[in-house]
Amino acid sequence: MRIGVVTFPGSLDDRDAARAVRVAGAEAVALWHGDADLHGVDAVVLPGGFSYGDYLRCGAIARFAPVMEPLVDAARGGLPVLGICNGFQVLCESHLLPGALIRNDHRKFVCRDQPLRVESTATAWTSGYQAGQQIVIPLKNGEGGYVADQRTLDELEGEGRVVVRYLGDNPNGSYRDIAGIANARGNVVGLMPHPEHAVESLTGPGTDGLGFFTSVLEGLVRA
Amino acid sequence: MARVVVDVMLKPEILDPQGKAVQGAFGRLGFEGVASVRQGKRFEIELDGEATPEAVAEIERAAATLLANPVIEYFTVHVEAGV
Repeated sequence: MRIGVVTFPGSLDDRDAARAVRVAGAEAVALWHGDADLHGVDAVVLPGGFSYGDYLRCGAIARFAPVMEPLVDAARGGLPVLGICNGFQVLCESHLLPGALIRNDHRKFVCRDQPLRVESTATAWTSGYQAGQQIVIPLKNGEGGYVADQRTLDELEGEGRVVVRYLGDNPNGSYRDIAGIANARGNVVGLMPHPEHAVESLTGPGTDGLGFFTSVLEGLVRA
Repeated sequence: MARVVVDVMLKPEILDPQGKAVQGAFGRLGFEGVASVRQGKRFEIELDGEATPEAVAEIERAAATLLANPVIEYFTVHVEAGV
């Protein structure tokens, strides 16, 4: 199975995301922002970082990168897409996911090992977890406050599309402690915390993040 | 030549931590009588030609597509006179 990892100018977690893909047992395929071609990959990861310097709004310019054209079409057609941190912001700007990410309410950058609860296992990227499972993966962001209007939030909750929720202190002011969400079909998932930094115990708080990558792999193998 | 200005602001219901920080600085510096501060963005766009209704409509489309995120922001467009 081949999982693409997009590099935008200013991406910084693309290498870690590719490594997580390989640790999970898939082939990582480097995709370039300026290349409007997904090269036949079976899934795509939009990694963390500061694409285009976070100019204008986080993810606002990356949304219009050439690679996003086929990506948005493929995502609407069911291709599994995972947006991590800046990648989550890109997915919201692309309207593949509802809502937006704004500056942390306390105005400080936050970097810590973050406890989360997996709320939904009905997505391509979390099917390998147990519903309600508690995991710890790194969180690092300055603009990670998830916001949406009440109707959207109620819809997300009602349809089981809140994928992961912060446990303990809310780290960034996200509404309803939301750390990650999915589209209605469950193939597109975005989250602020970084599962790709928790796939090997040597370099992370544990291996709790690996499940995102093994989940999609198992789904692809079954399909 | 004409100049079109797009002002982008966070919607009133969206928390503006930057505005809050500026408001805090007002207080520390002794600037009084300030109830709240909201921070936004201003884009000054020089057109090749005149600000015809079509040209302004084009900028409005650009504002709605790129300059503002309608999920969290609103924008106003006006033509600046005497440029």
